[in-house]
Amino acid sequence: MSTFVAAVLNSLDIGMLLFVIASGLTIVFGVLGVLNFAHGALYMLGAYASFTVLHHAALPFWAGLLVAPVAVAALAIVIERVLVRHIYGRHATYGLLLTFAILLVLDDGVRLIWGAGYLIVDPPEVLRGTFTLLGATYPVYSLFIIASGTAIGLFVWLLFNRTRIGKTVRAAAMDREMAEAVGIDVPLVFTLVFAFGAWLAALGGALAAPMRALGPSMGDRIIIESFIVVVIGGLGSFPGALLGALILGFIHGFGGRWIPEFDIVLPYIGMALVLLLRPHGLLGRPA
Amino acid sequence: MKRIGPGRLLLVAVVAALLALPTFSNYFIVFVATEILIMGLFATSFNLLFGYTGLLSFGHAAYFGTGAYVAALLLRDVQPDFIWVLVAAPIISGVLALVVGWFCVRLNEVYFAMLTLAFGMMVYAVYHQWRSLTEGSDGVAGFPLTDLGIGIDVTLANPVHYYYLTLAVVAIGVFVLYRITISPFGLVLRAMRENTERVAFAGIPVYRYRLYAFALSGAFAGLAGALFSPFNRIAVPEMVHWTQSAEPVLMSILGGSQYFFGPIFGSAVFLVLKNGITTFTTEWMIYLGIILGLMVLFMPRGLLGVFDRWLGGRT
Repeated sequence: MSTFVAAVLNSLDIGMLLFVIASGLTIVFGVLGVLNFAHGALYMLGAYASFTVLHHAALPFWAGLLVAPVAVAALAIVIERVLVRHIYGRHATYGLLLTFAILLVLDDGVRLIWGAGYLIVDPPEVLRGTFTLLGATYPVYSLFIIASGTAIGLFVWLLFNRTRIGKTVRAAAMDREMAEAVGIDVPLVFTLVFAFGAWLAALGGALAAPMRALGPSMGDRIIIESFIVVVIGGLGSFPGALLGALILGFIHGFGGRWIPEFDIVLPYIGMALVLLLRPHGLLGRPA
Repeated sequence: MKRIGPGRLLLVAVVAALLALPTFSNYFIVFVATEILIMGLFATSFNLLFGYTGLLSFGHAAYFGTGAYVAALLLRDVQPDFIWVLVAAPIISGVLALVVGWFCVRLNEVYFAMLTLAFGMMVYAVYHQWRSLTEGSDGVAGFPLTDLGIGIDVTLANPVHYYYLTLAVVAIGVFVLYRITISPFGLVLRAMRENTERVAFAGIPVYRYRLYAFALSGAFAGLAGALFSPFNRIAVPEMVHWTQSAEPVLMSILGGSQYFFGPIFGSAVFLVLKNGITTFTTEWMIYLGIILGLMVLFMPRGLLGVFDRWLGGRT
């Protein structure tokens, strides 16, 4: 029983963190039509930026959580204005390649700035230690991840479905010309959506920092996992990102515990199965 | 293939230069040239799918790496004449590609790329986890290089001999691929890249043609892999990983995926740049990223596209 509870909690904390990151990826794809290969690098930047806020600016953990994602989003505005906007409307392959180029630059950029060694971010005092639930001992920080993931997800959903901003973005995504005709500044919307996606990636990075060692290749694994999440859930679908992230979380939480030698391949098997049975993802619509 | 001005003449000059290369250069240059040729064949095989058929495979290292492992394992456990390694590797890689391709060819664009990535990583996991056969992440190493076995006396451990063998095998592979691209089959592939639906309306079984292209592409990638592990004297799981799959993509874009010789040219530029830049900095990925980004934005037809425009006055 206690191992089962631990596995469920483990699945949820992996899943909710992936959800925060992958929701940024799926929103950017849904609105801009660009599958952002550099998304994992932005996640990594978020983690490193929070490290800098903590250790160089000597500010508390919470400041890092607030400042780091905003800083990364600001960088993303520059990236979108200078680079990404030139490939809208071109074949999807170009978007993948351009953002792959950005990924290469960011990965080595991190190595130049922060060095190639591993860095550690400590969780704040309140979130240290463990708690016991139904006989399972678990880190408090994991509970914090699950709670923040839920809150962030709710916030994003409300933003896109219950506010004027969300309506504007959805209009721009659905029909660019029509949106411009009714006075929406579509290029601005696109820039902000790209920055918002980066903000989510970096927020995921800042959240993950106390759980994972920071290294220059930490984004490579997360980007592939995020691809798998959004493909399983359906590209461009926000509920799909949640579903996909939870599925992947449970694959790791349970698969990693009982058949660890297959842990690296299980997500790919899951993705392949979904693509073969429902080519547009579980909650995606055919384009 | 679009001919670049006096293309044939250029080709003859390049082949002559490649044949003469070891007489005027040191071992380091011979090594780089060997790697350029092997990766050039890999990239050209990849481009049969990408440039000609319009399918971005993001798991092509599976077939390249399988070729590499087949060669290393055969040399370690069976030690046949090397010619049989070169026969077996493309067949096994081709069959693997046929099986994987059967699942993948029904999908398009990003979904195709993701599914090929998924299968590629499954193949990676097999080599990484099947320790009793592949020694896991340590890789298959310490195998001897056998005789070639077609009556020609070559010492494969000699870098110059290995270079000439590579040159011959790559030349044959590239020639066959070239014949494929100008055949009626190759024309159908190009037509599918332009408009799959219209080709389907013309009564051509689109998926079957894609599958043939996928299997052929995998077989030649396997041939390249079979040259790669004896060249490195080791087969490691990284040769199957998705980061290895990214290399032929970059090479094709760099050289120009719309040109038959684009990927080989891209392979040369990529590896010369890599070896040049890594002599003065370890952060060569930054430069690669900048170059790739500029290419995608300003030269989507690659370097050969730029030369083509200069020489042919094409706008």
